[in-house]
Amino acid sequence: MNKKKAITLMSTCSLVSLLAVGCSNGSGGEASNGGAETIEFMHLWPQGSSAEHHRIVNEIVADFEEESGISVDMQVLSNEQYKDQITILSASNSLPDVGMTWAAGYLDPFVEGNKFAPLDDLLEDGLREEFVAGTLEAYEKEGETYGLPLELNTVYIYYNKSIFDDYQLEVPETYEEFEQVINTLKEENVNPIALGNGDRWTGSMWYMYFADRIGGSETLTSAIDRSGSFEDEALVEAAAKIQEMVENDSFVSGFNGLADEEAKSMFMNEQAAMYMIATWDLPNFTTNEDIPQEFRDSVGYFTFPTVDGSGDAKSYVGGPGVGLFISEDSDVKEESKQFATYFVEQWGERAVSEAGVLPATTVDSDALDLPDMYVDVLNDLNEATNLTLYADVQMSAATAQTHLDLIQSLFGLEITPEEFAEANENALADE
Amino acid sequence: MNKVMSNKWFITLYLLPALLLLTVLIFIPLLLTGYYGLMSWDGIGAMSFIGLDNYINVVQDATFWQSAGHSFLLALFSTLSLLLYLAVSLILASKIKGANVFRKVYLIPMLLSSVAIAQLWIKIYNPSNGMLNTMLGWIGVENPPLWLADPSIVLYSIFIPILWQYAGFYILIYYAALKGIPETIIEAAKIDGASPLQIALRIKLPLIMGVIKVTIVLAVVGSLKYFDLIFVMTGGGPNGASEVMASYMYKLAFGSYNFGYGSAVGFALLVITLIVTYIVRRLTANKEDIQY
Repeated sequence: MNKKKAITLMSTCSLVSLLAVGCSNGSGGEASNGGAETIEFMHLWPQGSSAEHHRIVNEIVADFEEESGISVDMQVLSNEQYKDQITILSASNSLPDVGMTWAAGYLDPFVEGNKFAPLDDLLEDGLREEFVAGTLEAYEKEGETYGLPLELNTVYIYYNKSIFDDYQLEVPETYEEFEQVINTLKEENVNPIALGNGDRWTGSMWYMYFADRIGGSETLTSAIDRSGSFEDEALVEAAAKIQEMVENDSFVSGFNGLADEEAKSMFMNEQAAMYMIATWDLPNFTTNEDIPQEFRDSVGYFTFPTVDGSGDAKSYVGGPGVGLFISEDSDVKEESKQFATYFVEQWGERAVSEAGVLPATTVDSDALDLPDMYVDVLNDLNEATNLTLYADVQMSAATAQTHLDLIQSLFGLEITPEEFAEANENALADE
Repeated sequence: MNKVMSNKWFITLYLLPALLLLTVLIFIPLLLTGYYGLMSWDGIGAMSFIGLDNYINVVQDATFWQSAGHSFLLALFSTLSLLLYLAVSLILASKIKGANVFRKVYLIPMLLSSVAIAQLWIKIYNPSNGMLNTMLGWIGVENPPLWLADPSIVLYSIFIPILWQYAGFYILIYYAALKGIPETIIEAAKIDGASPLQIALRIKLPLIMGVIKVTIVLAVVGSLKYFDLIFVMTGGGPNGASEVMASYMYKLAFGSYNFGYGSAVGFALLVITLIVTYIVRRLTANKEDIQY
């Protein structure tokens, strides 16, 4: 009997204490850290996948903490997780003080929901002039700027020089030459182009370049901003060109089921001769020590060829990558602004030379000792006549999803170019 | 101890923590999801009440029904694959050599996370340098299937890793149930001259019928809300060919920033799962289970 009582007592006690612990944790509240201000900062360059970026961020943050006496509390997430997390934090009104965002259409819900602080006052003291023209504008909504761009990327076709040499191929300047290169590679049983269209934006970049070359730099943009139409002849023809390339087996087989990473690894393992990607991958072709030197030496790049005699080879697809935002609800807004400004300036100086990233701020390429490919790309940027922002970034999130699904169908030959244009037009008109 | 267990206060006290957790973590979010379904909400800004519009749209949404169809196909496939698991368990539970080794081999996929399994199978399915097509190349197949890129077969390509992933789980359950059958019953049957097949079909299966019913419910419910492997392997593509209800819900909420509609789809998923579970339980609930 005594034993039973003891068991009852013990288990009741343990249960009660369990409940008590649960309650006390719940009401604990936030810890303060003795007066000094703390900024919460969230970024999306984890050590594993973006080692150089990660290192430089840590350096900048450490320097800032030392100079200003403000401490920075960092949280790092990978790209897709970051996107989910930022949405959830935003919905629950607990965004970090400073974080990263994408430009254009991505910004809309955040700006409309008054989540991001306008940053124009911060740009007044000369900071505005530091940015490459066109980058800051991508973060503007109704005349106010909501983000400080960190990166600038343009899209090129990279090719394997040693494969090209083996078959005496020249860098193509026109679409006809491009087709010949592809045909020769096919005859020699080499995969011409690595493409991972499982991710869909990869295919969209090919489409955008055809649209640019056939219809000029404005056609696609005006179709998206509704001053034009997606059923424009040039945009239909661009879609037809995509299918022509697919029917000609220009891309590796099964591209619609491959992720971009897989396509990239095919190119890097010399299983495909060409690969289209933005300049964010430059480090892999130049400075990244993990990639064999021999391969890095064999990579060259060219701009998208002209098509049927039309098109401007100096017109690029690309745009700013991520930028910094400051939360409207931040308790430490002034400190956050101080940090964001410091970060952008420092990033501009260190990104190219240390990480091989093209920053959105202007760089004096002569003063730095850079790999040749960077210098070439920076020069291209200086001479660029146009930079068309990625279609899916220009569109609102819902329309972008529709566009990307349609891209996959187009590449999969499931719809005709006319149906592709019509469906895009309808999605945009429904906005 | 018996006295304690018959005291109503103690019963309440012991059940309370689990009930509290369930309420906070499951029931309240469920109701909230249903509530968000009534809203036009991008997940970030302000919500506005739009009544049943989202739910009406779900019913009329061809993409939703297409993904629901895929989910049902997966449920059917999972239920059928239970037969395979059952057959394997019957063999393992009879005293064959190396049964222990096999049991562990089948369990291994269960120890891997879904993402790891997805990555593994992505490599296997790679159309140009994956294991599968390389082997097909050896035996002279000229144009091997594009497993994850061909809309007509992508769903079946994903079924195989799912079959593989859950094999260990169900085999373990069946194995344990079969091992629980008293040896004396089998001995008696043997003495009466029953063949091994007769023993399996007439004695072992009826005796573990309760367990089989539970696994059918588990397989059907699990399939209807299945998400992770498909999301990692294809993201629902190409062009929706492998979209299931849960991945469609995710895409709407986090891809298109349409939380209101995504919530409505999520709630529809819940309702469908409840209905199907009820039907499955009714279908499998015949007379009392055999006791031993």
